[in-house]
Amino acid sequence: MKDKNMILAGLVVFIVVITFPFWFNMGKAAPAPELELTAKAKAAKTCVMPTAFMTAEHMQLLDVWRHNVVRSGERMFVNADGKLFDMSLSNTCLDCHSNKEKFCDRCHDYASVDPYCWDCHIDNPKGE
Amino acid sequence: MKNSRRRFLQIAGVSALGLGAKPVLNAFALGGGKGYHVASGEDALTAEQWAMVIDTRKLQTAEAVEPIIEACNKIHNIPTAIDNKNHEVKWIWEDHYHHVFPDKTNKFLDEAVEHKPFLLLCNHCENPPCCRVCPTKATFKRESDGIVLMDFHRCIGCRFCMAACPFGARSFNFRDPRPFIEANNKEFPTRMKGVVEKCNFCAERLAIGKMPACVEASNGAIAFGDLYDEHSVVRELLKENYTIRRKQTLGTEPSVYYIV
Repeated sequence: MKDKNMILAGLVVFIVVITFPFWFNMGKAAPAPELELTAKAKAAKTCVMPTAFMTAEHMQLLDVWRHNVVRSGERMFVNADGKLFDMSLSNTCLDCHSNKEKFCDRCHDYASVDPYCWDCHIDNPKGE
Repeated sequence: MKNSRRRFLQIAGVSALGLGAKPVLNAFALGGGKGYHVASGEDALTAEQWAMVIDTRKLQTAEAVEPIIEACNKIHNIPTAIDNKNHEVKWIWEDHYHHVFPDKTNKFLDEAVEHKPFLLLCNHCENPPCCRVCPTKATFKRESDGIVLMDFHRCIGCRFCMAACPFGARSFNFRDPRPFIEANNKEFPTRMKGVVEKCNFCAERLAIGKMPACVEASNGAIAFGDLYDEHSVVRELLKENYTIRRKQTLGTEPSVYYIV
């Protein structure tokens, strides 16, 4: 055990390096993003479904929309209140939420998700 | 309680039954619905099999077919500014008789026919080979109206469908098409690099009760209707005129008919 000190020193360095990201970022958690609603979205008060549902499950809902529009040609969405919507990401969702950078992107960046919707779908159909 | 093999098997059996029943119960619990439903629009046009009759007698010159092609390019965000012919994307285009009907070409032909342009587009075959080869079911024949559609979300760009289509109706996006789109229709999505695209018989317009864009722009030279409705415009025209289809002998049953 002649190298005891060397081994211990090495271990300490190793542990410090491996835990570096944890203690370096301690107490610096990025704040949850604040979303900005456009005037149109504010005026509408509620989205196609209640806000809590939309926050948690908009991706599942969009998947239902995509499936039905593309594969069955069903484009009409009737929500719980009986209100009708055209199932279109560009023409319905982004018509109200025309501020992608301050609405979609803020959360997506925060959650580190990178959906490729906008490779094809036009993000601000009216160009506001 | 004495442990025996019999006892062990009994407990194991009951547990397995319980575990098996859980997903079933979950499925029932979900079946209650999420409070919304989807439906097709009230104005949607429907058919058993959409078909098209192109009256080439009314489309004698390149100038006559130009606005028709233009109308499609415009509303579907077709990247028309690509210079490289190999990267060209087209949904509806024109060609010579020899290329359109290679199996109906005589050495000496009616000159008028030989020199007029023929409009080409996806034939929306009743027996589409492209759908058979697609490994992801990205292209499929829609049960409800017989349109051969693309689900761009699912396309992995393998191009089997392009090899399978005997009509060259499909184009591949070798590059990002966005910079090459001249007339931007904000209501229709573009495509991305690496997917195949083709004519969709204007499914998005039929869904809101409009005729396809090429039909609208053709001043009556193109008719569109249900092939299996005896009284549709298409059937009336087929009854009164001699029509031909492209490469009929291959058995794909194209739904685009030409009056020559």
